[in-house]
Amino acid sequence: MRHTLVAAVVDRPGVLNRMVSLFRRRRYNIESLAVGHSETPGISRMTFVVEGDDRVIEQVKKQLEKLVDVIEVRDVTGEPAVVRELALIRVRATSEQRGEVAQLVELYRAKVVDVDHDSLMVEVTGTEEKVNHLITLLEPFGIEEIVRTGPVAMVRGARPKEFRINVLK
Amino acid sequence: MKRSGAEILWECLVAEGVEVVFGIPGGAVIHITDALPRYPVRFVLTRHEQAAAHAADGYARATGKVGVCLATSGPGAANLVTGIATAYMDSIPLVAITGQVPSPMIGTDAFQETDITGITLPITKHNYLVTEAGELARVLKEAFFLARSGRPGPVLVDIAKNAQAQEAEFRYPEEPEIPGHPPKRPLPEDLLERAGELLNTAERPLILAGHGVLLAGGHTELLALAEKGDIPVATTLLGIGAIPGSHRLSLGMVGMHGTLQANRAVQTCDLLVAVGMRFDDRVIGDPRAFAPNAAIVHVDIDPAEIGKNIVPDLAIVADAREFLAAFLPLVEPKKRGDWHAEIESWKREAGWDEPLREEGRLLPQYVIHEIWRATEGKALVVSDVGQNQMWEAQYYLHELPGSLITSGGLGTMGFALPAAIGAQIGRPDLPVWVIVGDGGIQMTIQELATVVQEGLPLKIAVINNGYLGMVRQWQELFFNRNYCATCLKNPDFARVAQAYGIRGLRVDRRADVRAAIAEALETEGPVLIDFRVEPEENVFPMVAPGRSLSEVILPQRKEVR
Repeated sequence: MRHTLVAAVVDRPGVLNRMVSLFRRRRYNIESLAVGHSETPGISRMTFVVEGDDRVIEQVKKQLEKLVDVIEVRDVTGEPAVVRELALIRVRATSEQRGEVAQLVELYRAKVVDVDHDSLMVEVTGTEEKVNHLITLLEPFGIEEIVRTGPVAMVRGARPKEFRINVLK
Repeated sequence: MKRSGAEILWECLVAEGVEVVFGIPGGAVIHITDALPRYPVRFVLTRHEQAAAHAADGYARATGKVGVCLATSGPGAANLVTGIATAYMDSIPLVAITGQVPSPMIGTDAFQETDITGITLPITKHNYLVTEAGELARVLKEAFFLARSGRPGPVLVDIAKNAQAQEAEFRYPEEPEIPGHPPKRPLPEDLLERAGELLNTAERPLILAGHGVLLAGGHTELLALAEKGDIPVATTLLGIGAIPGSHRLSLGMVGMHGTLQANRAVQTCDLLVAVGMRFDDRVIGDPRAFAPNAAIVHVDIDPAEIGKNIVPDLAIVADAREFLAAFLPLVEPKKRGDWHAEIESWKREAGWDEPLREEGRLLPQYVIHEIWRATEGKALVVSDVGQNQMWEAQYYLHELPGSLITSGGLGTMGFALPAAIGAQIGRPDLPVWVIVGDGGIQMTIQELATVVQEGLPLKIAVINNGYLGMVRQWQELFFNRNYCATCLKNPDFARVAQAYGIRGLRVDRRADVRAAIAEALETEGPVLIDFRVEPEENVFPMVAPGRSLSEVILPQRKEVR
């Protein structure tokens, strides 16, 4: 089963390397990983999707928490969380097909963000399933390039713990 | 007041109570060694950096303090790797300090540059690259804290050469600032009570004590618990000494070469209380067939060990001593005569003392047991890896907690001699014996020079069978006696010792064992005894790798003369 985990980590050089190295060494199957700054300076928040049974996920969580730069790890899979992913899709479209593509894009509340002679760049945000669906629908036109961020997640309602740290250089 | 980075390093070490550093100097740590004579720290010059790491490890195991080793950049740092990995696997508090090329040159493949923080990522609790003198005090505070806190382990601090020369204000922080570490975990009262109920209603309970009991200093509490509940205690290899080896409740070691009674007890017990151990594959054999009749209570300080190899029925994340102390009042006094009678019958069946009674051949078991006899089970013994290590674990009954030092997790041949150097320096009051094979000693034999230079009275017993014996045993039992690459053409170890300035003895006959050991004990300085033992003696009992602990192979019965 796929699990979505959210980690708070100290924003120091090498922290991503430490985490990824752990995934590799212990042979955990990471499907996606998204990192960015959090509300607290010096702390990043990381969302990653990992495939495995409950025992594996428990190990991933505990092994990550042993890393000194990792402050906490939360499995949000069973929780009421908002999970979103952003994708950029370059799809082939002649001037005649543009209208049809634009219509699909509209239906998915996506946006056309760039137009070229024979292609369009589409920006879509949503759950992984929604992104996957749109990609399927665009496939017949010919997809030239896809960039996906991987999902980011936030639990509904609950305020996060406050982190107090010295902001390290 | 401003100080150089090198001075700040020594100030920090002195503030942490470091009395001895093991290492080798070099270009990228020359500022550090240059500043050393101004500080009250003993520097032990080893002959190879691997030995410096093992010596710091042995020092830490013998004293309970953090061991410190120092190496230069590049090859110096890389040579520490085996030692750091050994300490990591066995949860030993170690701070390894390495020099790094000047920070403007990092990443340029400079002379003697290696990415040691990258290399040691999976074998350290944490590591640091320091490029400015001003960062050093904070980093060292954290490094020592992390090395000894929670589940102990090695921490590496890599210091760029320019940071050693640069001056900065020095102020040693009182507390480290590491958010989220270590997580605070109060003892779970409800789980303790559940565990107490399980123990009080069990008919055939067994305690399995690991290294965590010794690391936490919980041996007194363990014994009190065992005696109050009349519970037999088996140990892991690194848990040996957690209960006195001669105690009526001690079953010895479990696992691949564990005693028959310990393995049978695991397979027969109805409750297994495993404390401060991690269900290593050498302990459990086939995980699906492990302790099939038992409810398992697993107590460990590292939450990631819970459910990793064996899923327990009840798990308590706690320091072993704190757990044992809190658990003791919940346990009802009991007498378990039937259970002990059953265990006693397995003990008799095992024929443990047969190799001791066999006359004629020089058997390694006898040699080790005679060392036990001569030292009354109270020496600090540092064993190497392989057959010698298993015979030591079986035939040296340790009376004192922490009196066995050995590489359990990584199984590092060549560990014993350098680790014993550290152990003897940490505990000059104790007799230190090295039990090592003819293969293992040649992996770090250059450290005989360090023994002499430091004036250490080590007693070194080479269990010399002319083979890489444990591999040869597997080849004999599982690979149709195909002795590929296991036969050793050895030097005369007694004469090698003499060349280093160490008294060297050689024993070929059983009848000469006692006299040689007595002579070693009477000699003030170091002694090496080359015991030319029976070449193809095997370690038994044995459980084949991956098999159930119920499938114990016993030796072919020999006529006892």
